[in-house]
Amino acid sequence: MAVALILVLVAVGSVAFHLWSPWWSTPIASNWGYIDDTINLTFWITGFVFVVILLFMAYCVLRFRTRPGNRAHYEPENKRLEWWLTGITAIGVAAMLAPGLVVWNQFITVPRDATEIEVVGQQWRWSYRLPGQDGRLGRSDVRHVSAENPLGVDPTDPQGQDDIILDGEDLRLPIDRPVRVLLRGIDVLHNFYVPEFRAKMDMIPGSITYFWFTPTRTGTFEALCAELCGVGHAAMRGRVVVQTQAEYQAWLVGQRTFAELGAAARRAQASAPPPERDRYEEASR
Amino acid sequence: MSEIVPGADHPIPHDHADDVELYHPHSWITKYVFSQDAKVIGIQYSLTAMAIGLVALVLSWLMRLQLGFPSTFSFIDPPSYYQFITMHGMIMVVYLLTALFLGGFGNYLIPLMVGARDMVFPYANMLSYWIYLLAVLVLVASFFAPGGPTGAGWTLYPPQAILSGTPGGQGWGIILMLVSLALFIIGFTMGGLNYVVTVLQARTRGMTLMRMPLTVWGIFTATVMALLAFPALFVGAVMMLFDRLLGTSFFMPALVEMGQQLRYGGGSPILFQHLFWFFGHPEVYIVALPAFGIVSDLISTHARRNIFGYRMMVWAIVGIGALSFIVWAHHMYVSGMHPWFGFFFATTTLIIAVPTAIKVYNWLLTLWRGDIHLTVPMLFTLAFIVTFLNGGLTGLFLGNVVVDVPLSDTMFVVAHFHMVMGVAPIMVIFGGIYHWYPKVTGRMMNDAMGKIHFWVTFLGAYLIFFPMHYLGLLGVPRRYHEIGPTSFVPDSAETLNAFISVVALVVGAAQMLFLFNLAWSLRRGREAGPNPWNATTLEWQTPQTPPGHGNWGKETPPVYRWAYAYGVPGAARDFIPQNEPPATAAGDGGSG
Repeated sequence: MAVALILVLVAVGSVAFHLWSPWWSTPIASNWGYIDDTINLTFWITGFVFVVILLFMAYCVLRFRTRPGNRAHYEPENKRLEWWLTGITAIGVAAMLAPGLVVWNQFITVPRDATEIEVVGQQWRWSYRLPGQDGRLGRSDVRHVSAENPLGVDPTDPQGQDDIILDGEDLRLPIDRPVRVLLRGIDVLHNFYVPEFRAKMDMIPGSITYFWFTPTRTGTFEALCAELCGVGHAAMRGRVVVQTQAEYQAWLVGQRTFAELGAAARRAQASAPPPERDRYEEASR
Repeated sequence: MSEIVPGADHPIPHDHADDVELYHPHSWITKYVFSQDAKVIGIQYSLTAMAIGLVALVLSWLMRLQLGFPSTFSFIDPPSYYQFITMHGMIMVVYLLTALFLGGFGNYLIPLMVGARDMVFPYANMLSYWIYLLAVLVLVASFFAPGGPTGAGWTLYPPQAILSGTPGGQGWGIILMLVSLALFIIGFTMGGLNYVVTVLQARTRGMTLMRMPLTVWGIFTATVMALLAFPALFVGAVMMLFDRLLGTSFFMPALVEMGQQLRYGGGSPILFQHLFWFFGHPEVYIVALPAFGIVSDLISTHARRNIFGYRMMVWAIVGIGALSFIVWAHHMYVSGMHPWFGFFFATTTLIIAVPTAIKVYNWLLTLWRGDIHLTVPMLFTLAFIVTFLNGGLTGLFLGNVVVDVPLSDTMFVVAHFHMVMGVAPIMVIFGGIYHWYPKVTGRMMNDAMGKIHFWVTFLGAYLIFFPMHYLGLLGVPRRYHEIGPTSFVPDSAETLNAFISVVALVVGAAQMLFLFNLAWSLRRGREAGPNPWNATTLEWQTPQTPPGHGNWGKETPPVYRWAYAYGVPGAARDFIPQNEPPATAAGDGGSG
């Protein structure tokens, strides 16, 4: 009796917790509502199965608990029942997998008009690069990384000269414009994770990875590192500011390009060089 | 119906197997220390695994103290927190669960359950244990090495695992970890080959494969998988050792660490992830399949009912074992591998849910119309079904590639894998120990202590890990020593973390009661007799309890039927042991 009751309580308590606990997904700020829908669908299907099975178990424990003179029913197999259960399970699994794969296809199909931006991770901070007037990011290589060129942009590539480098600053994005986020790691694995955007991906030194999304809500969002990257992992934070088109353009005009920064850096080097992070912050103001 | 039904019993020719070929111990040392008896080796494996498991338990306390009450304890800083989680994870998965299920239960039960006198290669079996012990000692040594153990996370992902930003990365920690893993795999291979060959070659007369208890099927399949999966980890460990010590670049691309260009170049960090998970995913089932098997036997014995759908259960075990080799990259959906892999691995991963679900249904259908004795092993079995079901269902979230994207690397993952491959298999280990303890020692474990231990452990573990999923849904990442002020995390999450930590302390403390019970019952437990649960399988039919060297006296037992003849209509008792000769041509069994 007690055991059956506790099994029922586990089922009911889990559902109640799911419905009424204060901990739930952050309000979404990107186009990936379909991901949330797939999660909710999965919650419904799996929650139903969980409750049904637990209640059946509770029923069995209550009803078939040993009594004097009782004997179990001897039935080694029941092919019909087993195939029915297999079939129903397969349908339930397909009902979750099919929408999941459809949404995954959207997730990996980047729209043609998406703007490419770059997020660079290194222990333990984020930097960003936006394409300049030509709309293209210049080549980069870890071998070019130096104090003056923290993201390793190829100084000989003309496309990189007008790139905008944001080092120690917030990333800014215009609302409702799809972005393809290129991810680059300089030292170890990192993962650029903004919970409100739902999308995330690891960055791997030596490769360039990506994900895409469209910001759908203005505001400031916190970015975290979601792939263990050493002792400073939890402190590797950044911010993404989603702005209206007009605000974004106004901000963009004031930014300096890679070429301008290089010139500024060379001038600064002639005098006493301050630490590089401060220098870039000054340069950007 | 098929042969598994007792009506199809057939007589078995007698065959006298003399026990001359066995090595007999001559002294206390060869009997209890350097023993070649699989039963002693099984106990040695179990005790060593439990001892190192206690270390992992204390580590989990320390990390829960930090998470529940951040910046309260001055002796836990970020480096030590990462060392705690790394060592906790690796110990639990490899040195506790794998060693206890295969080395412990496997050694003790395989020869007894298939009616063999011992493992077929007793000397290699002995070596297997001593190399395992050496691996454990090397692992423990890293706690005392300069710089301490590695803090790379149990997945040991390069490049960070061997760089200076990670505790132990440039010190001894990662080296000792990799050496210890290599030793473990060498030791395991010696034991594993033994288990496989014993099952295939040393079964007693009449013990066909389709009459074997599901415990043996589970351990056997898991061992075959481990023999195929561990080499991937072995080569990964050796390659990483080369990268760390010899300056090769298997996993190391050109990179800049803290403004410094390193000498590496051309390697692939993701290659390690493939090697690791090609081992790591089968590893989940290497732990789960023995648990599936043992649970099947516990549920059948204590519900006094034949396991439902035996053949389906066997094929489900084999099918899961095979499928588990083509799902590994579902751990890598957000690793940056080619996105098309997502379609393939999501499909295979969700397909594996079908045979797994069949197993759950068949356990439930074994309870249904049974004669359920709510003994302590049965309680643990029920708890296993609840926690495994819960963890299996959340696996459908993480396996479905696009759903995994927001959830991966969050506390949802931590909650999921603890539920499904932490709590659930440990429930089975406890159930199994309470079940077989009378055979191992001749005495029953104390029932009252067992029940207290059960309720605190089951309900406590559920209270720890069920709410944890919702922290992950909220977006709290895993492997953070504290979440700190974060815009999207409400203060209530701190309260939940503190609650989880308090429960974790209590559940950990309850394990001390279990250990006390183990020791107390050795002397004070009720005399068990040879077959206290009225079970059918061969280990309960030994001439002596505990079984002597060689297990069976003069002659190994002949087997006449499957392992699940419970509640057979017309039989005198509600169970018929596998080795009980059919009474008359018509009397025993009848149709199923």
